[in-house]
Amino acid sequence: MMATTLAQKIVARAAGLDHVTPGDVITCQVDLAMIHDSGGPRRVEPILQDLGVGLFDKDKVVLISDHFVPGDTDEGARILELTRQWAKQRQVTFHDGEGICHVVLPEKGHLKPGMLVVGGDSHSPTGGAFGAYMFGVGATEMAGVLATGEIWLKVPQTILIEWQNQLSRGVTAKDIMLALCGKLGMDGGQYQAVEYTGEAIAALSMQERMTLSNMAAELGGQAGLIGPDETTLAFLKQAGAALDDVDWRSLKTDADAPLMARHVFDAATLTPQVAAPHSPANSGPVNEAPKTNIQVAYLGACTGAKYEDLRNAAAIIKGNRIASGVELLVAPSSVQDQTRAANDGIIGILEDAGAKILPNACGICAGYGTHRLGEDVTCISSTARNFKGRMGAASSQVWLGSPFTVAASAVAGYITDPRPFLKEEIAA
Amino acid sequence: MSSRLFLFGDDIDTDQLAPGQYMKGGIEELAAHCLEGIRPAFASSVSAGDVLVAGKNFGMGSSREQAAEALKRLGLAAVIARSFAGIFYRNAINLGLPVLIAPDLPELSDGDIVSLDLDQGTLTLTETGRVIQLEPLPDNLKVLLADGGLVPHLKKRFSKERNKEHGQCA
Repeated sequence: MMATTLAQKIVARAAGLDHVTPGDVITCQVDLAMIHDSGGPRRVEPILQDLGVGLFDKDKVVLISDHFVPGDTDEGARILELTRQWAKQRQVTFHDGEGICHVVLPEKGHLKPGMLVVGGDSHSPTGGAFGAYMFGVGATEMAGVLATGEIWLKVPQTILIEWQNQLSRGVTAKDIMLALCGKLGMDGGQYQAVEYTGEAIAALSMQERMTLSNMAAELGGQAGLIGPDETTLAFLKQAGAALDDVDWRSLKTDADAPLMARHVFDAATLTPQVAAPHSPANSGPVNEAPKTNIQVAYLGACTGAKYEDLRNAAAIIKGNRIASGVELLVAPSSVQDQTRAANDGIIGILEDAGAKILPNACGICAGYGTHRLGEDVTCISSTARNFKGRMGAASSQVWLGSPFTVAASAVAGYITDPRPFLKEEIAA
Repeated sequence: MSSRLFLFGDDIDTDQLAPGQYMKGGIEELAAHCLEGIRPAFASSVSAGDVLVAGKNFGMGSSREQAAEALKRLGLAAVIARSFAGIFYRNAINLGLPVLIAPDLPELSDGDIVSLDLDQGTLTLTETGRVIQLEPLPDNLKVLLADGGLVPHLKKRFSKERNKEHGQCA
């Protein structure tokens, strides 16, 4: 057997081929299609009607509302209503108002290692954390998938990103990704398969791994894979995924598989990172950033407000108050994560410090609703991208950082290194 | 046909092409705000047949296909860039908007008069007569684009399949 990559193994299986050659155009059968309220029903249904066909398999379609939730504009409310009607009419699995699609999809047990999955959203590489080849497409392409169950792709090469040793306390997956965006650039992934490996990655929880895979999008990769292991299996079992037919041990990149590139980094020397406006690639160590006062601190979106993100923020905020003149806004990524965080006292800690809890939705990160940053507002955000005008006024300035860094900055009133806040804990 | 060249830089993102606050509306409204954060008069100054030329990683960010749809709605004949973000590139072809890669773009000026030959894969600068070679599209995408995008392509495929079925029944 020729040595091959995890990505190539998955796409070959999905195309019904024994072997694939990088660069070849192949047609894959889709195991699962995920759509949301923005690029989903309102965009795909007119195309399906135009084509005069139905869904290729209603049991392989999952619909999740997140972009226009909570429906705070007339148009947004109308789009949500249309989304709900469509779910009934087309009889697909629908998670309505339960959180952001990339977080809800795995937590509800829809993903399995080895699957080929398309998502109607650019952060769909998140599914790669579970060893699925998952990538984002636009609405017309999704309509084509829903009509045929097929999608073409160019057999990807793999860019292997290895993180040796262990991350220090206060340094997270978000810091890894901001550092990578700076080092490799927003097109460093070259629309190939990015794969994360190494001791530091193996030690990460699934929620942290999801942040890595998600932000393969910011590297311009098509997918962001992590080979499945016991951590993956434990998460998926708890989520109720049926894993009996999954040969997860074979789902890895062979040691001598040809790679497009291999990048090796030392996790032990990585420090908390921030990205300055208006690109995730404008990154560097937070303690080298200029002193920047903030008016808004935002914990939100698919990479910045999962249970562990909220727990990390609470570890900093506990016993502190939010600085005067700063608003801390928290949009927990899913209802399930918020419930768990509430039961563990984490939401209470955030609220006691003055945080405002927002709906479980894309919220300010997508900038689709009424909640947007005002003119000249400076914000530090735990989200994945900070393009000009994305989260509000074109004059607003968005910095990106980990939930630790966002929380520390909310307490300080300016962008700051979270590690001094964790000193006692580190000493203990 | 001669057209005007609109020149942009690297890493033009989908929030510039299709701003989030207008995503709930129709394409007409979105197109009117296309790229306004970088160049406020862009939408009102484009004429049918004009060409957008940009640097690397054009269309990075969101999967929202309205980013490509807005450019098409404004009447652009094609987008030419040193490189494209993967999802944008697929979206554009699927919607029937020609997107062409030109890795070695020479110095160009905004407002240059050019003529685009999609069949030959060339962009010619009218003033100097200089010809810029564009990378040919992969075969599968040539077919998609020739059909006018994914929807007409699928219509053709389904109609063939239906005819075949009928043929077998007869």
